[in-house]
Amino acid sequence: MKLIILENYSQASEWAAKYIRNRIVQFGPGPGRFFTLGLPTGLPRDHPESYHSFMWNNFFKHIDISPENVHILDGNAPDLQAECDAFEEKIKAAGGIELFVGGIGPDGHIAFNEPGSSLVSRTRVKTLAMDTILANARFFDGDLSKVPTMALTVGVGTVMDAREVMILITGAHKAFALYKAIEDGVNHMWTVSAFQQHPNTVFVCDEDATLELKVKTVKYFKGLMLVHNKLVEPLYSMKEMGAERNQSKKPYSD
Amino acid sequence: MPSNKSVSDAPIVQFTNCRILRDHQLQREDLWVREGKILNPEKLFFDEKGSADVQLDCKDSIIAPGFIDVQINGGFGVDFSLATDDFKSGIDLVSQKILSHGVTSFCPTLVTSPPSVYHQVLPQITVRNGGAHGAGILGAHLEGPFISKEKKGAHPEHCLRTFEAGAFQDLLATYGSLDCVQIVTLAPEMRRSSEVIQELTKRGICVSLGHSVANLSQAEEAVQHGATFITHLFNAMLPFHHRDPGIVGLLTSDKIPAGRRVFYGMISDGIHTNPAALRIAHRAHPKGLVLVTDAIAGMGLAPGRHTLGQQVVEIDGLNTYIAGTKTLSGSVATMDTCVRHFQEATGCSVETALEAASLHPAQLLGIEHKKGTLNYDSDADFLMLNDNLYVQATYIAGEEVWRQDASGM
Repeated sequence: MKLIILENYSQASEWAAKYIRNRIVQFGPGPGRFFTLGLPTGLPRDHPESYHSFMWNNFFKHIDISPENVHILDGNAPDLQAECDAFEEKIKAAGGIELFVGGIGPDGHIAFNEPGSSLVSRTRVKTLAMDTILANARFFDGDLSKVPTMALTVGVGTVMDAREVMILITGAHKAFALYKAIEDGVNHMWTVSAFQQHPNTVFVCDEDATLELKVKTVKYFKGLMLVHNKLVEPLYSMKEMGAERNQSKKPYSD
Repeated sequence: MPSNKSVSDAPIVQFTNCRILRDHQLQREDLWVREGKILNPEKLFFDEKGSADVQLDCKDSIIAPGFIDVQINGGFGVDFSLATDDFKSGIDLVSQKILSHGVTSFCPTLVTSPPSVYHQVLPQITVRNGGAHGAGILGAHLEGPFISKEKKGAHPEHCLRTFEAGAFQDLLATYGSLDCVQIVTLAPEMRRSSEVIQELTKRGICVSLGHSVANLSQAEEAVQHGATFITHLFNAMLPFHHRDPGIVGLLTSDKIPAGRRVFYGMISDGIHTNPAALRIAHRAHPKGLVLVTDAIAGMGLAPGRHTLGQQVVEIDGLNTYIAGTKTLSGSVATMDTCVRHFQEATGCSVETALEAASLHPAQLLGIEHKKGTLNYDSDADFLMLNDNLYVQATYIAGEEVWRQDASGM
């Protein structure tokens, strides 16, 4: 695991963005060679604040992605389990997920893999924990009865199959979950802990999120920042051709 | 390029690097157009899996809905109140020339005229969409002859009429046909005006109060019967008085029926209204302000003498008077000049100034679902402007119909 500790939310976001950019550029995507970016799922389609609107406004409209290369789990599909199975097939067809980027909930969940989710689970229909329902109530005028109680989600096992996993954790309310994720054992009550068994994980967090960690842990990883910062400097660009890109160092694994 | 065939084969144009006026704000968003309408890119992306066929860089321009001029009497030597043999080519000329002022739709206006003029001219005015040939015609604005003698302004006294004998039938006989009439200006204090207002409103014609000595309660009664507009506020009406605000009092009246809004035209050329008065009106009722040019035949021409209906007028700079008098008679300001002057005089935001010439006239005429905004599925009539609100290009139904060339013509 690489634990990257930045001062605040903005710096953590920027570091993560630069890292993802460098990863994409170094991968050298092209026609037929997809850099498959995995992201966790969200709200149902027909809600005005739907995940589709969120993704469009915050991501897709700013980049030149072809619509056929976007795959979002459809919560309105007639056969939900078939939709989930098809999603797993699409991931395989695209060559597997190159990089999965996600956050964690205060209860340590990754995507909608709530406490108790199997650590080898696949994409499926999942019931939501009360914490998650409460957190989503703001999208439904605070009316708890309107919040969906189930969601389609990628499984823990699905994310473990990704070649690299990046988890973004900011804020003091996530501190305990981060502690459980990296300093305690692998436990299905804190599903993010599963990534202790993944060969290539990056946790990007801000100071507040480290509040429940041992001082020893924090000092150790802060000491490694000089080395870790080489992953984001220099910042590569798709326009650079030939030699310079080939010489760039591949991100190392630990 | 991926196929956009699921809904339509028509090309999709994406205008990038621009700031668009949407939801009353200038936002950094791209504008998408297909088949003459504003397209929703999110639906295109997820539902149709489509993308743009053409991308145009707008070089950081402001994109605003096209201006709508609901009071324009002519221009470039053409007078809409004159029944000439080449009337049709006259209206075509004006509609083509005003594209450079940012006007994409307009209401050709006729001042008080004898019935023969209405009978000859009105059948030659057809409601039509705009395009490369010129701005769209929304319908005629008939300003008079049912107006007050005391406030006739530049209108010829011998043509003034009343409808106290036959009410609506008198009006219909005078005009001949109301087929493509969009707005009628009348004086509500005239006897039987309520019946006339109700009849006109029933036919979807916007009734405007103007050239009148009505007091506030007469004006309020007219509004209750259906009137929704005030023709060039302050001009040709009783001045505001603190114990009887007259028509001006409609801006803050509490007798307006629920759910309705009274709009008022303002000629913000710096001459018809003192900037302080413009500010008072704007601050009292900002959402009702509609910019109009009230332009006459001399607009766009050199100073000198020109006709306005049955009268002769004299242009001197931006001032237009009845020849030999000091009575103002229409203006020679262009719509974009009015927008800029309005913005400077009131210090309002760019968004407010632009909406006064686009959204508000569309709302007045009840057409804001397709004109006056850049909302999805609206007609793609829009302008590219620079930060000083000078029009750089005009588009109608998604096609460029005018562009500022390097020589500034």
